[in-house]
Amino acid sequence: MSSFLSMKMQTYIIQLILLIGLTACDETQLNNPYLDNEGGLSVLYQSFSERPKHLNPAIAYSENEYAFIAQIYEPPFQYHYLKRPYQLTPLTASKMPEINYLNKQGEKIGQGAKDSDIAYTDYLIDIQPTIKFQPHPALAKNSQGQYTYHSLTPSQIQSLNTLADFKDTGTRELIAEDYVYQIKRLANPKLQSPIAEIMKNYIVGFDDFSKQSNDQVSADLKDIPMSGVTAINRYQYRIRIKGKYPQFIFWLAMPFFSPMPWEADAFYEQPGLSDKNITLDWYPIGTGPYLLAENNPNRRMILLKNPSFHDERYPSEGESDDKKNGLLVDAGKKLPFIDKVVFMLEKETIPYWTKFLQGYYDASGIASDSFDQAIQFTGNGGVDLTDSMKEKGIKLQTSIETSIFYMGFNMMDATVGGDSESARKLRQAIAIAVDYEEYISIFRNGRGIIAQGVIPPGIYGYAEGDKGINHYTYNWIHDREQRKEISEARQLMAEAGYLNGIDPKTNEALILYFDTTSVSIDDRPSMNWYRKQFEKLGIKLVIRATDYNRFQEKMRTGNEQIFIWGWNADYPDPENLFFLLYGPNSKVKNGGENAVNYHNIEFDHLFEQMRNMDNNEQRYQLIQQLQEIVRHDAPWVFGFHPKNFSLFHSWYENQKPNLMANNRLKYTRINTVARAEKRQQWNQPLFWPLWLSLIFFLLLLAPAFKAYRRRAKETVQ
Amino acid sequence: MIQYIIRRFLYAIPLLLGVNILTFVLFFIVNSPDDMARMQLGQKHITEQSINNWKHQHGYDLPLLWNAEKQGETKITQTIFYQKSVGLFLFRFGVSDSGRNIGADIKERMWPSLALALPTLCVGLLVDVTFALLMVLFRSSYLEKAGIVLCVTLMSISSLFYIIGGQFFMAKILKLVPISGYDDGLAAIKFLVLPVLIGVFSGVGSGVRWYRTLFIEEVEKDYVRTARAKGLTETQTLFLHVLRNALIPILTGVVVILPLLFMGSLIMESFFSIPGLGSYTIDAINSQDFAIVRAMVFLGSVLYVIGLLLTDISYTLVDPRVRLS
Repeated sequence: MSSFLSMKMQTYIIQLILLIGLTACDETQLNNPYLDNEGGLSVLYQSFSERPKHLNPAIAYSENEYAFIAQIYEPPFQYHYLKRPYQLTPLTASKMPEINYLNKQGEKIGQGAKDSDIAYTDYLIDIQPTIKFQPHPALAKNSQGQYTYHSLTPSQIQSLNTLADFKDTGTRELIAEDYVYQIKRLANPKLQSPIAEIMKNYIVGFDDFSKQSNDQVSADLKDIPMSGVTAINRYQYRIRIKGKYPQFIFWLAMPFFSPMPWEADAFYEQPGLSDKNITLDWYPIGTGPYLLAENNPNRRMILLKNPSFHDERYPSEGESDDKKNGLLVDAGKKLPFIDKVVFMLEKETIPYWTKFLQGYYDASGIASDSFDQAIQFTGNGGVDLTDSMKEKGIKLQTSIETSIFYMGFNMMDATVGGDSESARKLRQAIAIAVDYEEYISIFRNGRGIIAQGVIPPGIYGYAEGDKGINHYTYNWIHDREQRKEISEARQLMAEAGYLNGIDPKTNEALILYFDTTSVSIDDRPSMNWYRKQFEKLGIKLVIRATDYNRFQEKMRTGNEQIFIWGWNADYPDPENLFFLLYGPNSKVKNGGENAVNYHNIEFDHLFEQMRNMDNNEQRYQLIQQLQEIVRHDAPWVFGFHPKNFSLFHSWYENQKPNLMANNRLKYTRINTVARAEKRQQWNQPLFWPLWLSLIFFLLLLAPAFKAYRRRAKETVQ
Repeated sequence: MIQYIIRRFLYAIPLLLGVNILTFVLFFIVNSPDDMARMQLGQKHITEQSINNWKHQHGYDLPLLWNAEKQGETKITQTIFYQKSVGLFLFRFGVSDSGRNIGADIKERMWPSLALALPTLCVGLLVDVTFALLMVLFRSSYLEKAGIVLCVTLMSISSLFYIIGGQFFMAKILKLVPISGYDDGLAAIKFLVLPVLIGVFSGVGSGVRWYRTLFIEEVEKDYVRTARAKGLTETQTLFLHVLRNALIPILTGVVVILPLLFMGSLIMESFFSIPGLGSYTIDAINSQDFAIVRAMVFLGSVLYVIGLLLTDISYTLVDPRVRLS
């Protein structure tokens, strides 16, 4: 029996090997994670590591949410894709807004009026006619002109699982009321818009509307007026804000101010749909170049070209180098170029990086563990791709983010805070001692530039060269900044009353406390590095690592001493950075964004002057004064501005870093033929190691088989 | 037996209540409703008013366990614990703090978890039992010793190594399977081959050693000697008699985890981007989504109770001497 079984088994094994071998001969790209046939569409493959929490434009506020909704929703304005410095341009608006200043009586006053005379500012926005919403069941109408799906019965809802289960879709023209309706939604307390509290301070009638609409069904919001926001006619609306706030225009380029048809709320708020997760937060409805065709953020999200998308053209102007870099080849052509965008969930960096190298992702960032594989430093301190990347035709693009990471001192703290000479010198000494050049080199693979002040490059007011450096921490020598010697820091310590870092109260090393959420073992090297920086001054740094919640609580109550914090600019204006140090924004006193609780009357006064000004020489000078005050007072150790490294395959075209625009996908073009060739070339499967392993395994089994046969023939002892 | 099952279900109620209270207390020791609101609302431009609004909207503006301001039974019912827990016992998991229906999410995500865990369990069991029997077959020989050394070696290696090594070798070097991802229906197979193989391989060391111990114990018993005396071959003795008699401890280990297969594998799902319940739980913990954490812990407890019950029932099927009373 056993010999029969083994013969039969042998036959099966041989058949299986032949079958696998034959199948394998016909197959290429066995590792392809996508469908081979994309139906001739131009498809872009990207990844995301964290699922978006919200796709509702009134709520979404994070980068991973904007990656999707900025392609779907269209505010009236957008950032020009190619021009720098960043500038706004109409998107659905037909022109830039007409801005009128009004006095307390509501009468128009001239553009040159004093800020104190301006009681209100009107933004008159004209939108283009003939723009249409994407096809959507909420807009579907039957032959009698009634909405098909606005009165669903429980049994109808029972049979539904996704939005795709609705057979009919409809569309309609975008009108000014849709923008007005969305602003009302921002004010609706039920929606919890993150900018509601800010807008209360600016938009006239926003707060009153918020109170009135508290108990209202969302779709009914359209019938409640908001005094400061009115549709003048079908294609024009007006937003009235309190006083003068020039930065308001930047908010109008954010998805918060995208249009929303009231029908969307009427449709989605039907009882039972939310139980099926069919909500506006999950299935957007916009006018943008793409619509969300599949929303499964646990696996993938798919954007398809919106068939109703209006006529928008690739820009014809840009910076001087743009033409040379091939960025104007598509000038004047209709957008978007890509038919389908597939976002795959990729939580781990190793599979993500491997798929990029195999050509299954078109672009990639660079994680720390693959940095050396991708990047090499050139002799003059520059960066370049490694030879293996160049062989694949991969392109590198770097850009300085409009962000800042800094070390903050709690200005309410008795030791490091306050405006005393001693505390200031202590902070200045620490600013010299903490060598952020070394930090960038060790912990960020050189991906960052030293911050010399509050403003990152690319934002108005940023100064380069000798004039732009922090002279309290750096010297300008041989046309470059050089960190001051540690002896100067020690001198400052002595002047502050801490000779050799000794605290005169205890006659022992000064102890300072560093509050952080870096609790993992991976964070230990960086924490040790911080300790060593303070040791240069004889200071003993105690790391107080806590979880995120406790850390936030310490920040709110002012129980921290030194900490690391960061800010990413919402819009390209210095006001959005200097406000982090504006006294009335103190975190402890007013729950604002001034995390160090810095308060300087002169700074606050200059800030109030600067924030409402248009960009001109006077404003520039005010900005430099503000920088100088902060450098002198040193409530922050200016850390660094992160440098973003992105890799693109050779078939990825029209890519220019734009840190303000989130709707960049419509400009991207993919050479699908080149991609298919490269993928084929890079992903030929290897079978011989498998066969070798199998033979090795069989050879290992041979003595076992022999031993078994011998044992089976043995007589029982 | 019916009575026994009913009694076990009744025992489960205080157990589940206890688990629920424990989860609730542990969660709220670490996270206050304010913390949860801050996590959900993001970091920019958050005011006390917006936090209060969020808590009100999501029902976190009530006292945790006891509402002293209310009268009668509302002292208990008007609390976060009561409001958030009662639905669980009716399997109404409610809405997550980010606004998604948890029941619908669980229904959707349990299938990928099952698609990964079930083949891993079945193939793993088959491989482990087979190799364990082979080791017993070659007991007291150099093959057994070599097998034990190999098992201990395999056990000593971290499962992360198997995952990363498997991805590197099979997907990056040999390019035989996608390195990560998932798809619906039969298209999922090519994504599951590698994680299943790795899952099986990483469990071989401990699995084989465990089953070998069980079989070695059985193989010394009298009935085995009798079987040999009847003239049965060693393979017939092992596969027909020893295996069957060793089923009770095998079942103890296997049946109890069957219902838990729905809960998914935390690491495997994360590394292979499989959209199962394991990654759902981890994401919820990271985002401090109490509604999901509570629902998943409750579900895990229920499934574990069911698993234990199934184990008891399965005893009666494999061993006629066992009676449930």
